[in-house]
Amino acid sequence: MTVDAFLKKKLKYFDLDISFSCAGKNMVVMIGPSGGGKTTVIRMLAGLDRPDEGKINFGNEVWFDSSCGVNVAVQQRRVGYVFQDYNLFPHLNLLDNAAFAAVDKKEVEALFEIFQIRHLKKRKPHMVSGGERQRCAICQALARHPRLLLLDEPLSALDTVTRRALRLELRNLKKTLSCPIIYVTHDINEALFLADEILPLVEGKNDENWLNRMLAREPSGDNSLRGVREPKIALAI
Amino acid sequence: MDYLALYVTVKLAVITTVFLMLIAAPVAYALAYYRFAGKSFLEALIYLPMALPPTVIGFYLIIIMGPKGFVGKIAEFLTGDSLLFTFTGIAMASVIYSFPFAVQPMKAAFSRIDRRLLESAYVLGLSKRATFFRVIIPNSLAGIAAAAILVFLHSIGAFGVLLMVGGSVPGETKVASIAIYEAVEMMDYRAAGMIALSFIPISYAFLLLINKLNEGSHK
Repeated sequence: MTVDAFLKKKLKYFDLDISFSCAGKNMVVMIGPSGGGKTTVIRMLAGLDRPDEGKINFGNEVWFDSSCGVNVAVQQRRVGYVFQDYNLFPHLNLLDNAAFAAVDKKEVEALFEIFQIRHLKKRKPHMVSGGERQRCAICQALARHPRLLLLDEPLSALDTVTRRALRLELRNLKKTLSCPIIYVTHDINEALFLADEILPLVEGKNDENWLNRMLAREPSGDNSLRGVREPKIALAI
Repeated sequence: MDYLALYVTVKLAVITTVFLMLIAAPVAYALAYYRFAGKSFLEALIYLPMALPPTVIGFYLIIIMGPKGFVGKIAEFLTGDSLLFTFTGIAMASVIYSFPFAVQPMKAAFSRIDRRLLESAYVLGLSKRATFFRVIIPNSLAGIAAAAILVFLHSIGAFGVLLMVGGSVPGETKVASIAIYEAVEMMDYRAAGMIALSFIPISYAFLLLINKLNEGSHK
């Protein structure tokens, strides 16, 4: 399944205008400075924000089309969405959180095993660390069998050590998933480590020059952190 | 001691509380989450009973619920009886009188919930209705409990409104606060004192409970 998006929206300081696509088993990493419209793009894919103009196709389904007024409700899109924080419901323990919308509740335990939080399943979110919360949030999203996985800076609220560990887990996870994954970050290392394709988003536009400048600034001795293969840069359609 | 009056008071307060929790929740939800034309006017109207003297509320309720008022006419058509001087009448009066005290804390509790939690629920496939029951309600229990206690205390204290609408029919509309007033009028300080005394531990215990709930919600 491939998601194709062509999105336009007038924002406060600039106009968002971007198009990209992401195939199944692929991860597109959207990178750019804060306030560049990354989260808005993710929210439009999820169905939480409405583009002024544009189209979102998922396989042969139309999720949004401004020309014929189609806008599939957020509930029907069946995406997995992990935010920076605040994903979990404070009144439920980790297990109930992850099982909140699970297709099969038995799978949740297995996911907890993979993400090494099984011993915490009875704890409430405020009783575990940020990294453990994000692990649980990822389990919550996966347990719903998402058709598209959206990760909006899932690691940026974490400390460096946890971030690196979780980054590796995410890369391993990617191999086992068949859905397209869109990942937002402002960390170039994270992008290089995880991405199949990189989509630089600066002030609402695809800006490769910005990415090249960032790559030039990248310390050369840090190659061990790079992805197995050089990521391709997503080209505008 | 006038147990009958105490019984009517408690019965009235319980019915008012239960009923108000059910009807105030959707109103509080709309006020907390929706924007619509005339919202501030509607909100002020809902809170009006809090700002009006009870006798003024009572006066208008007599007009509306009396044989010539539209509510009175409907009631007479349905039951063949007038609403004035009946328990149903004072229950309606009590609900209107305490309505703002139910809506306000619930609205505050609903507004405190992070919008991202609601969006998270929508993304996970929950309808607005399911989100209300599975996310909003469980995360505002302290506020809802505070609203219930406030309404309960406010309705056991009602006097003017009930006297206007219900008068003082023993076992029907004569509540404890009216019984105290009448006992004092008849110089029976002993009877008045007994009923008055029974209020103190009830009100005190409920206030302690509110404080506990507030502490809990700030943790």
